[in-house]
Amino acid sequence: MRAILIRDLRLSMRAGGGFGLGLAFFLIVVVLVPFAVGPRGDLHSVIAAGILWLGALLACLLSLDRVFALDYEDGSLDLLATAPLPLEALVSLKALAHWLTTGLPLVLVAPFLAVLLNLPIAGYPPLLLSLALGTPALSVVGTFGAALTVGVKRGGLLLSLLVLPLYVPTLIFGAEAARRGAEGLEYTMPLAMLAGITCGTIALLPFASAAVVRVNLR
Amino acid sequence: MASLWEYANPRKFIATSDRVLPWVGALALICLVTGLVWGFFFTPEDYRQGASVKIIYLHVPSALMAINAWLMMLVASLIWIVRRHHVSALAARAAAPVGAVMTIIALATGALWGQPIWGTWWVWDPRLTSFLILLLFYLGYIALWAAIENDDTAADLTSVLCLVGSVFALLSRYAVLFWNQGLHQGASLSLDKEENVADVFYLPLLVCIAGFVLLFVALVLLRTQTEIRARRMRALLARERMG
Repeated sequence: MRAILIRDLRLSMRAGGGFGLGLAFFLIVVVLVPFAVGPRGDLHSVIAAGILWLGALLACLLSLDRVFALDYEDGSLDLLATAPLPLEALVSLKALAHWLTTGLPLVLVAPFLAVLLNLPIAGYPPLLLSLALGTPALSVVGTFGAALTVGVKRGGLLLSLLVLPLYVPTLIFGAEAARRGAEGLEYTMPLAMLAGITCGTIALLPFASAAVVRVNLR
Repeated sequence: MASLWEYANPRKFIATSDRVLPWVGALALICLVTGLVWGFFFTPEDYRQGASVKIIYLHVPSALMAINAWLMMLVASLIWIVRRHHVSALAARAAAPVGAVMTIIALATGALWGQPIWGTWWVWDPRLTSFLILLLFYLGYIALWAAIENDDTAADLTSVLCLVGSVFALLSRYAVLFWNQGLHQGASLSLDKEENVADVFYLPLLVCIAGFVLLFVALVLLRTQTEIRARRMRALLARERMG
């Protein structure tokens, strides 16, 4: 298991610009927002939490088609599927690797980008907490979407169409927690709901993803 | 002993649905014409909303069917996953565009009604938002069917998507409820509530709902037949090329 995880991490870091791409995209989104809405700092601090969440979500989405595609093309996914490791575990590992290379760096750079958007000081802990709790769900749900579209050539757009509606609950609770925190309100409730969604998806969705991978490998 | 599973045989399904289809279609037409004419011309105007209240005869039935079509797809997907009946998978495929159109009708009539009454075409109200999300789910489902060439693979993948999507659609429904309080009124019809719409509006509305249900059944039967025949045709063509 550890070997597969390390292999996936290495692949995503070394194989042509998968690793930094999400971060760069996140940075660009945050830089473009002030150009789009105008230079008013007070407006930025109102929408900062939402923009950061949306940017993180889109950056996650961007790197999803790499979760299975490379392994599917060179046939190593077939080998992995016939290995003694259950497919459910393999799918979970893939999601974990995706989170470690995409979600976690996003969480780590989010506070620096929040400075650019003039986020109020009280907003930092809830933003970090909600991103740290919510991005695993994004990775797991996204892995399911990637598994669905692994057999489709140029399935990137289809993948976004399938995954975005599935991201709605995570985005609502995550952004709500961050927003409430930035306004100085109580934010434990949406944070708890967000944690619930993350735990639920981590526990259940790998079964659906594994079933879908099996279908696609037939 | 006749059982429901007989209709898993495509030939039996087509034979029976051929016999049933004209009746269902005719009944749907009668119900829709009666209900809509009755509703539009022979009910009083609401004293606050005027004539715009009459859009209820399109809005409520289509919204109802938008949700029920997804439920039907869910049941059909489950049957496909458990018992591998092709007719079931094709019925789910056939229902999706109908459900998507129902969702669009509900959204559009709601917007037309909302403009004079609420003073806006659109608000991010929980009900409206959930319907928009439902529409996205329909679009994704249809797109996935269209993208995958192998029929059985497509049926399997869309069934799983339908199951997972149902869970997430429900989650979104309650998440949205938490996110924003609404402008939309409560349910117009319910079995366990005292407060329904007044009787003069109630009866034609029921007729309209019956019409929409029958219309949905007729369309799904027809589209399932078409899918079965299209698949047969592809099989015949393939055989010809081989032999």
